[in-house]
Amino acid sequence: MYSDEHKRFLKKEKWYCLSVIFVQIFILIFLLALWQVAANFGWINTFITSSPKMVVETTLHLVKENNLFYHIGVTIYETIISFSLGTLLGLLIASIMWWNPFVRKVIDPYLTVLNSLPKVALGPIIIVWCGAQMKSIILMALLISVIVMTMSVIESFEGVDENKVKLMQVLGAKKMQIFFKLILPSSYKPIISALKIGVSMSLIGVIMGEFLVSKAGVGYLIMYGSQVFNLNLVVSGIMILAILSWMMYSLVYTIEKRLTR
Amino acid sequence: MNSILKIKNLKKIYHTKKSETLAVSDFSYNLKENEFVSIVGPSGCGKSTILSILSGSLEKSEGSIAKKDSITFGYMLQDDCLFDFRTILENCLLGLEINRKCTKENKEYVISLLEKYGLKDFMDSYPKNLSGGMRQRVALIRTLALKPDILLLDEPFCALDYQSRLKVSEDVLKILRMEKKSAIMVTHNLEEALTMSDTVIVLSSRPSHIKNIYKLDFDKNLSALEKKKTDAFLDYYNLIWKDIDSHV
Ligand SMILES: Nc1ncnc2c1ncn2[C@@H]1O[C@H](COP(=O)(O)OP(=O)(O)O)[C@@H](O)[C@H]1O
Ligand SMILES: [Mg+2]
Repeated sequence: MYSDEHKRFLKKEKWYCLSVIFVQIFILIFLLALWQVAANFGWINTFITSSPKMVVETTLHLVKENNLFYHIGVTIYETIISFSLGTLLGLLIASIMWWNPFVRKVIDPYLTVLNSLPKVALGPIIIVWCGAQMKSIILMALLISVIVMTMSVIESFEGVDENKVKLMQVLGAKKMQIFFKLILPSSYKPIISALKIGVSMSLIGVIMGEFLVSKAGVGYLIMYGSQVFNLNLVVSGIMILAILSWMMYSLVYTIEKRLTR
Repeated sequence: MNSILKIKNLKKIYHTKKSETLAVSDFSYNLKENEFVSIVGPSGCGKSTILSILSGSLEKSEGSIAKKDSITFGYMLQDDCLFDFRTILENCLLGLEINRKCTKENKEYVISLLEKYGLKDFMDSYPKNLSGGMRQRVALIRTLALKPDILLLDEPFCALDYQSRLKVSEDVLKILRMEKKSAIMVTHNLEEALTMSDTVIVLSSRPSHIKNIYKLDFDKNLSALEKKKTDAFLDYYNLIWKDIDSHV
């Protein structure tokens, strides 16, 4: 049994959490309502700002007439493929870099340049090389996620306590044993948490790719909407994308919590 | 008694891009079986360097280290270096696993050590649940698991507070005596050196050479506390203190 003081403490904590959620929801509803009211009274030009009601209508229309779930599926599919490939490749490259300090030193400036280069600039080249198809989009997203993954994995590999490496050596461990018994398990948590960044980066890459080449996907819907000046479509696309990215992030976050307890 | 380790004219120069540092200029010592030696000296004089060279994790520049091939070292660092993703037992078995010696007998030996030193109940917990003193004992058992003949201890109690330091150092000494090990311990705590060892080696400041060697003749049966109360203790303390002081 808890003491009365602790019960009061728990109650206060609970109220605090509830009030945060309440204010969050309130702000959301308030903004949506304001937007709608402004649209109804003609304070804003709905042709360029759309309105919540129009967004809902457009989304329903998309579901009925344009197979919205197909587009969402395409985007998710591209994201998952580039995210998994990026993660595996990032792990592999980081492992090689850890294994061979010479390679690591040599690669370092290239990686830094690649990391700071806005990858969207490579879009046109990728399209020329791979054609205007899904392959280009996946490659684009892969490029972004693989560099982020490599950077964060190598950082956590190299962050492992020197003394522990020394201990392994003194105990007679081979490099392979140091890697699998110390480096990799020590980096478990940082790697899992890097996945959150990885999934966001992949989604960014996918949307960028879809802007450039695609014939399907949420990015395509947004791009198409802007080309035909259908702002309802653009705003709906953005809303869908916001929900989608929030869901993917939460999924990885939940998996992280599960795996690291 | 026989020497099990003969160190002769050991010298170490560190090379970095900016400069070279002569850390150890001349160190010789013959370690006897079951002997407990402490090395004291001003900080930065090269004590850790000597242990690293003995453990084989650092190249020497000159000199010789002679021992029988069958004689092995166990190395314990200041930091307990327990892996937080391994249980206490798994941590203790690390050396055996690496050397593919994880046999049933060896495992039982480790478990018996854990039991003997009051850690059996924590065998399946993780290091984060243990106090500093317990962690240090686990690190010692991990070192003992490979049954080394000579233990190299580098300021093993540095991370502990005064109270647990007294307790753990006494525990460790008891363990080493019971398992009949030789040991070379680096410390900058004179009391610890005097109460634990048979021999105290005093090093000069860098580049270090041996300034003095004290063969302590306390009664073996005295506890640390009892040793501290003797006049001899005070004499040694003052002598060594002067040795170190005159060099700073
Ligand atoms: N890896 C290294 N590279 C260059 N100099 C070092 C290195 N390690 C230690 N030294 C230098 O060697 C000297 C002895 O170091 P160390 O053996 O750690 O001293 P102690 O353990 O007695 O405090 C110090 O002056 C230190 O600066
Ligand atoms: Mg030191």
